[in-house]
Amino acid sequence: MRVAENLNAALHGLLDDDPTAYVLGEDVLDPYGGAFKITKGLSARFPDRVITTPISEGALTGVAAGLALTGNTAVAEIMFGDFATLAFDQLCNFAAKSVSMYGSRLPLRMVVRCPTGGGRGYGPTHSQSLQKHFVGMPGLALYEMSPFHDNREVFAAMVDRGEPCLFFEDKILYTRPMGQADPLFAVRRDGELAVVDPVVPELAARPDCVIVAPGGTAHRALEAMRSLLMEEEISCRLLVPSRLYPLDVEALLPYLGEVVLVAEESTAGGTWGGEVAHLVHQRVWDRLRGPVRLVCSAASVIPTAAHLEREVLITGSAIHRAVREALRD
Amino acid sequence: MTETLAPALDPDTGRPRLSRLADDDLELLLLIRHFELKLLQLYGRGELNGTTHTCLGQEYVPVALRPLLGAADFVFSNHRGHGHYLARFGDAPGLLAEIMGREGAVCGGVGGSQHIHRDRYLSTGVQGESLPVAAGVAMHLRRTEPGALACVYIGDGTWGEGAVYEALNLAALWRLPLLIVVENNGIAQSTPTAAQMAGTVAGRAAAFGVDHHLVVSGDVNEIRTGLEPLVARVREGRPLVAEFVTHRLGPHSKGDDTRPPEVIRAAEENDWYARYAQDHPEHFHRFDGPVRALVEGVADDVAARPPSRWSPCA
Repeated sequence: MRVAENLNAALHGLLDDDPTAYVLGEDVLDPYGGAFKITKGLSARFPDRVITTPISEGALTGVAAGLALTGNTAVAEIMFGDFATLAFDQLCNFAAKSVSMYGSRLPLRMVVRCPTGGGRGYGPTHSQSLQKHFVGMPGLALYEMSPFHDNREVFAAMVDRGEPCLFFEDKILYTRPMGQADPLFAVRRDGELAVVDPVVPELAARPDCVIVAPGGTAHRALEAMRSLLMEEEISCRLLVPSRLYPLDVEALLPYLGEVVLVAEESTAGGTWGGEVAHLVHQRVWDRLRGPVRLVCSAASVIPTAAHLEREVLITGSAIHRAVREALRD
Repeated sequence: MTETLAPALDPDTGRPRLSRLADDDLELLLLIRHFELKLLQLYGRGELNGTTHTCLGQEYVPVALRPLLGAADFVFSNHRGHGHYLARFGDAPGLLAEIMGREGAVCGGVGGSQHIHRDRYLSTGVQGESLPVAAGVAMHLRRTEPGALACVYIGDGTWGEGAVYEALNLAALWRLPLLIVVENNGIAQSTPTAAQMAGTVAGRAAAFGVDHHLVVSGDVNEIRTGLEPLVARVREGRPLVAEFVTHRLGPHSKGDDTRPPEVIRAAEENDWYARYAQDHPEHFHRFDGPVRALVEGVADDVAARPPSRWSPCA
């Protein structure tokens, strides 16, 4: 099953199981079914609870908050995650604040879906990974879609949290298969954390480097892990958390080694990886050979032309190089 | 657009006489007035933290609306919301404790003057932000509790925010039971409306096909009579912008009034408090002193309480 189908099934399941669940956004109705077809079939089955909105990201996020405020479960789609900037006030000053600023906890079941990332030639304003701008906001949790996490389960976790969640969906993943395709590696789950190790037990037991990556960057990390293993006999472990913020760093600790690297698609500067590194340093500094390495996209706009876009965005080979450098030091 | 007609003028003063209020309306008006005056006094003495925005001169707006709104209705208020809260709950101690950060605060002292949530009442401090939220709430009400509405108080300055227009569009498009009450006091912080708004509130409502009702009267009974049938229509899914031409008697927050004296004088001349005292002296004085004393008592009681308690990670 492809990731997009898994996500679509998760939304069907949510609307099936929860009579208070709504899905709203721009162009989400059938037959169009959303710009990335993730809401396909939903409006045909749940015409009252799948709502198409004007091009008003601020308002549709506010409406989702209003639905959540009155006890419903609201899933809002921002067509391109880049446009979440237009909903920043609703997210930061209303939804996230409301959970706690009224003195007692006000649960809000609300998920804002953000198709994210580049690699499809959509250009500077339709290709960004804006996770970093939402890190550290009390009352707002960040999750990222991953091929190793069933979306139904992730949605249940987000809804159960009772606070607004942003769900980042790397667009590149939509057409990729769920689960693991590379026979060199095996995926296992430890709670919400996906752990990917070489299938060879001796390599898995003592990885040279541990890579932490969100779901959208995981396949590039795997590409690097394959080439490192095949070409340089370097074994790596990949850790993919479902929730980026607040990060459950304790869950990572048993899987870390002396060399740790965070890979993400965000452009450089003020990144999620910086937050991960800080948390890891606080806990296991003594166990590390050096500081946690950060690999991300260049500090640049994301160009449209394919050859230029490739120069800016994080790649498997960039991760490969970074691991080699980390091990050389 | 409809307009509330002004009543006959008083032959002595040349302005309309205010009609006699029900006792509870007068008491509520006075409660809000003395509450706000007390706040300014407390601020002046340095006994309050942060800032506040009083609704002096505008008290009659939520008082006029009070019986038109029911327990099932949601009320969204703003930075200048003490009157809205008191008209809904009459709870001066809880509100003052919230503003002073004392035990018994409605929101533990976390929200303060402009972030209050209680039952179906919610205020936020960012202009225009609550409108889309209210649209979502109105959508919920229309589906699950037909007949209930969401009421949002905004000011003339709020019309500078795009969120207002996004929400107006949704309200009209989805036929939401949304009542937008505009307290047009002619000034946004320090900027006169004429310097910040092109066109009119009426014209903007009309652009969305949303009904607009202009209230120029300060007479609670008369305002109510005019609004009652319109609010009933809101409940049926016909959104309404009710624009009150009103006057901000006091500063934007505290001691920051840069308006010329004649503008402040005009606000004072329109003040319901002095007008009602003149038009109905016996009724006015029967309540004014006692309500003032009640607020004094509340302030003394609240000031003597221990600080409110709250855990950041709760």
